[in-house]
Amino acid sequence: MKAGSNLEKVLAAGHFAVTAECGPPRGADPEIVRKKAAYVKGNVDACNVTDNQTSVVRMSSVAGCVLLKEMGIEPLLQMVVRDRNRIALQSDLLGASALGVRNMLCLSGDHQKFGDDPQAKNVFDIDSMQLIHLVRTMRDEGVFPSGQKLEGAPKFFIGCAVNPFADPFEIRVPRLKMKMMAGADFVQTQCIYNMDKFKTYLEDAKRQGLHEKVKILAGVTPLKSAGMAKFMKKMVAGMDIPDAVIKRIADEPKEKQAAKGIEMCIEQIQELKEMEGIAGVHVMAIEWEEKLQEIIGGAGLLPRPVVD
Amino acid sequence: MLPCTGRIEETLLLEAFENGADGVMVIGCLEGDCHYLSGNIRARARVARVAGILESIRIGGDRIRMFNLSAGEGAKFAAYVNEFVGQIRELGPSSINVARKNAA
Amino acid sequence: MITGTPKPIEEILEMVDPYDRIVVAGCYGCVTVCRVGGEKEVQVLSSTLRLARETAGKKITIKEVCLERQCDPEYIEQMRSYVHDYQAVLSIACGAGIQFLAEKYTTTPLLPGINTGFLGVTERQGEWAERCQGCGDCVLHLTGGICPVTRCAKSLFHGPCGGSVQGHCEVGKDTPCGWQLIIDRLKALDQMDNYTKLKPYKGWNTSRDGGPRRIVREDMI
Repeated sequence: MKAGSNLEKVLAAGHFAVTAECGPPRGADPEIVRKKAAYVKGNVDACNVTDNQTSVVRMSSVAGCVLLKEMGIEPLLQMVVRDRNRIALQSDLLGASALGVRNMLCLSGDHQKFGDDPQAKNVFDIDSMQLIHLVRTMRDEGVFPSGQKLEGAPKFFIGCAVNPFADPFEIRVPRLKMKMMAGADFVQTQCIYNMDKFKTYLEDAKRQGLHEKVKILAGVTPLKSAGMAKFMKKMVAGMDIPDAVIKRIADEPKEKQAAKGIEMCIEQIQELKEMEGIAGVHVMAIEWEEKLQEIIGGAGLLPRPVVD
Repeated sequence: MLPCTGRIEETLLLEAFENGADGVMVIGCLEGDCHYLSGNIRARARVARVAGILESIRIGGDRIRMFNLSAGEGAKFAAYVNEFVGQIRELGPSSINVARKNAA
Repeated sequence: MITGTPKPIEEILEMVDPYDRIVVAGCYGCVTVCRVGGEKEVQVLSSTLRLARETAGKKITIKEVCLERQCDPEYIEQMRSYVHDYQAVLSIACGAGIQFLAEKYTTTPLLPGINTGFLGVTERQGEWAERCQGCGDCVLHLTGGICPVTRCAKSLFHGPCGGSVQGHCEVGKDTPCGWQLIIDRLKALDQMDNYTKLKPYKGWNTSRDGGPRRIVREDMI
């Protein structure tokens, strides 16, 4: 065991893992986190807590993780390199580890242009690839990247994100390999809608044996409506939603589209579950956490295994 | 002597206003007919920039205008001049000339 | 070259408001090439200021000069004979030139007439684009001659990020993805092995982050 997190144990035991995400609130009210987390509890092996996603200021990810932990949910700390230099990143990693957070995800972060403070100075002192390396160095070598010895190494199961659908496509698998080499233990993918393209990606990754060295959790997001699908396709950079997927939900009457979206998501998880090389799913039910149980249960993934 | 409107610098146009002009016409050859290929196109851009400057300092961008004529269009020339002079008369003295008069 | 954009005339008029005798100083270096601070711009700006000030009933006397370079002491020295006859100097050189003037003429207020931009190139007449951030540790030989620090909005060393779509950066469709450019070029050069190498963390100490920088070349002194 590298970090001894629940997620790591579940994966090591060969179970099909389930993660979800929880976006902290735009304010200091912990009840909002607890309310969302109640929908997550019991349904996942770990829950991501986002880090000022889309550059919109929110309660800190570390605080969100601790609130989840207090409720008995295993947190997964997301960390972007947009807002913190290497000094702050290291310091927050030590703090999060001290507070018992055992999973983390290394990200670049959306450009600050998209958030509330487009005039903010960005940092990008190191990039997400180097953050993976930094955490691994601290965890496995017990030293800071500067070479100084740590008084207690942080323990993290190290994750990264990949977008199999972004451009240019041909460097997507090489990037996964680079992240694995840098020290990633697991990867959560961008939401998958284009299963054909994803299978091409996965086959490439498998040919290089990457799935044996890094646990691949496939990202899924249930569609609430045809409108949401069209919006995401148009507005979210690197989001690939085939027309056939949109048509399937759009063919339903409006009031039945949400149910159809959930049904499609469950089907997709079941298909992913059978694919060699997929170690789990990451269910991003965006502002729809109350449906997590229905989706995860519907896919036959409940109850979650208890591993010691 | 200016061989072409393309040789007119912005500063020359502004100087005309400094020297008391209430309006400035720049008359070049017909577009597409420039002996130097694009002199009158450059002049048009410069006139537009000077108009912008005059607007920004409240003298007024409409006190400068570019016209295009061929050498054989005497009657049209007269008509343009009459039209522009009429327009400037309507605007009255430029604000700098008003200020000078008040200061005197 | 160092690029820049003119400050709005309202802002300049506000700056020069307390003065009725100023020098407007241009520079024949970069700012002449990018047409923001050369001789012609000195003339146009001076004329504009005179027109605006006299219209407002506050005449201003302007000495128009253009120095060979405002970033070299010998040219700045050329102003010494007259600078004290004026109350302020409005410089339309880059920020370096303006500061150097300020250092040499300590009792004369220096006013910036342009906003200094970036180290860039003329992509076409009237359009300039950034190419270098002067980070002090060039890696262009590894990145196909395209700078990740400057051309990637996040200065990533292992790009592109997930926001790269059809060659565009997530910050806007007018911004090419720097890493797409790098990858295209590395492929053309058959140097993709450079791409897959893990790069060390960049030392930003050679960049602005190490404090104001200085180059001392003993062999030249």
